[in-house]
Amino acid sequence: MNKIKPAPSRPSPARIEARAATIGYDRRLIAENLSVAIPDGSFTVIVGPNACGKSTLLRALSRLLRPASGEVLLDGRSIQSYPARDVARKLGLLPQTSLAPDGITVADLVARGRYPHQKFLQQWSKDDEAAVIGAMEATKVTDLSGRLVDELSGGQRQRVWVAMVLAQETPLLLLDEPTTFLDIAHQIELLELLRRLNRDEGKTIVAVLHDLNQACRYATHLIAMREGRVMAEGQPTGIVTAELVEAVFGLPCLVIEDPISHTPLVVPRGAGEVHAIAEKTS
Amino acid sequence: MTTPASTTMLFGRPFGIVRLLDGRITQRLDLRALVVTLALVTIALAVSLFALASGEFAVPVGEVIGALFGQASPKVHMVVVEWRLPRAALALLLGAALGVSGAIFQSLTRNPLGSPDIIGFNAGSYTGALIVITLLNGSFYAVAGGALVGGLLTAIVVYGLSWRSGVQGFRLIVVGIGVSAMLTSLNTWLMLRADLKVAMMASIWGSGSLNGLGLDRLLQVSIVLALVMPFVLLLSRPMRQLELGDDAARAHGVSVERTRLGLMMVGVALTAIATGIAGPIAFVALAAPQIARRLAGSAGVALLPAAAMGALLLAASDVLAQRAFAPSQLPVGIVTVCLGGLYFAWLLMREARRQPR
Repeated sequence: MNKIKPAPSRPSPARIEARAATIGYDRRLIAENLSVAIPDGSFTVIVGPNACGKSTLLRALSRLLRPASGEVLLDGRSIQSYPARDVARKLGLLPQTSLAPDGITVADLVARGRYPHQKFLQQWSKDDEAAVIGAMEATKVTDLSGRLVDELSGGQRQRVWVAMVLAQETPLLLLDEPTTFLDIAHQIELLELLRRLNRDEGKTIVAVLHDLNQACRYATHLIAMREGRVMAEGQPTGIVTAELVEAVFGLPCLVIEDPISHTPLVVPRGAGEVHAIAEKTS
Repeated sequence: MTTPASTTMLFGRPFGIVRLLDGRITQRLDLRALVVTLALVTIALAVSLFALASGEFAVPVGEVIGALFGQASPKVHMVVVEWRLPRAALALLLGAALGVSGAIFQSLTRNPLGSPDIIGFNAGSYTGALIVITLLNGSFYAVAGGALVGGLLTAIVVYGLSWRSGVQGFRLIVVGIGVSAMLTSLNTWLMLRADLKVAMMASIWGSGSLNGLGLDRLLQVSIVLALVMPFVLLLSRPMRQLELGDDAARAHGVSVERTRLGLMMVGVALTAIATGIAGPIAFVALAAPQIARRLAGSAGVALLPAAAMGALLLAASDVLAQRAFAPSQLPVGIVTVCLGGLYFAWLLMREARRQPR
């Protein structure tokens, strides 16, 4: 049952989309005939239970994974038809796990994001320097620039990785679970940073997140996935209901309004409290 | 018009910025790495000069330099240029080749213990040489050829066995250790069934030695290195991106599998030339990049300082091998193994001291 959606909430045409894409690894099929469009200028968040294919979708959208059938389109053309370097100038990706080489400084790591803009003979232009400085300022890591990445806290380190992707200066920014391993304050700080980049610098952002409430709060476009299929997509306020959360996560819950951001707030019903809540609300 | 070259503090580190031809060539050079490299090269050259001057027939340094520029008596010329120079120059070149090779493998495997040895190259080349020496009784070229074939075959087998939709550094190390262990037992068996005299010869080859290498070998090595080095330079940029992880490298537009295969081939070629000429010289490839990295304070492994460090290590080891127990000459491989042992002890002590923090 693959419904092809007209996607009513789409604010503007997509620069990147998957069309009837079947994606998976060697023997394991993750998603079949999947169609997803990322609205241009949106802060899109992909949510879903573990192993629902959200990271796999992100890998396919960023050309790391070639669909077995169907295609991923970047600006209307198959993403596979671009040279890797051209994709890297349009689309930046922060993978789930990245490795910092031993003894690398913050500035050096951020500078490695400039790779797609450099050539053998041109390895440090004025643009490179400006992009690195700008990326470090945007993520507030300028003061750390001479420090070793190994010595930073988790929150600082994640900001540095985001700075590296920013230095790539791509209009599209894909992030795979960027808030994992961060404490709550640093999670919010990072999401605020992404929102700022989306609003002030016009970057289209696609992030895989685990926390539904954060997703509802920051996403302008939400994609809910389960077992390789899109269950719903659109503005969080329009689509997040108790029924959807139950259908996607199998979690009985109550959806109320977030008193601060006025976005949907998902309150799980634990087995013990179901009674009490049911009595109060009825 | 800006100045073509300047030095600047960039993010708390001194850099040299070079901008030429209206920005068609722009480079950023880490000054500390540059200074370290130059210092290492200077020391290595000084050590080589000592090697040229000292020995049974001592030559004053002034005359050595004169001989290098073709201004010396025929006798001094013969001793310095024809006898000692090829060996000293080979120590520098092969040391640099081993240093770069080790740096490449350590970058590929993202592991300071990565080296050509770990993908079984040394054990494999020893097997190849042993087969030629003990079974076919071959000449120098046959032994060198046998070593190359053995080393390359082993590298291919290890690479193939590690492949599962791409090769990961850690799997490469584990498979390499396994294959090396099997080959080592095969080597022992080959030695045991060989004639005593042949076995002695084979074991001398197996410890790696620069004894008796002449100008023709120096020429061969120079040609091979001149052919391989451009590839090293070209691959050094994607190699650095690969250190960020496969996904990040791909996202930056690096063709990961092609780069990795290219780096493997270049790394193996650099070790192969050293092994083919001098036999398996242990530990230079392992230790040089790590020592160089610490001196240069660079991120990940750095090729140029590693090359300079490798040259210095092998040149110094060979001087020790020649002069320490003169007139008897040690194979240089024995010295590098001793130095390598010291290096490991130092590394472990350093790590142990770090622990309490």
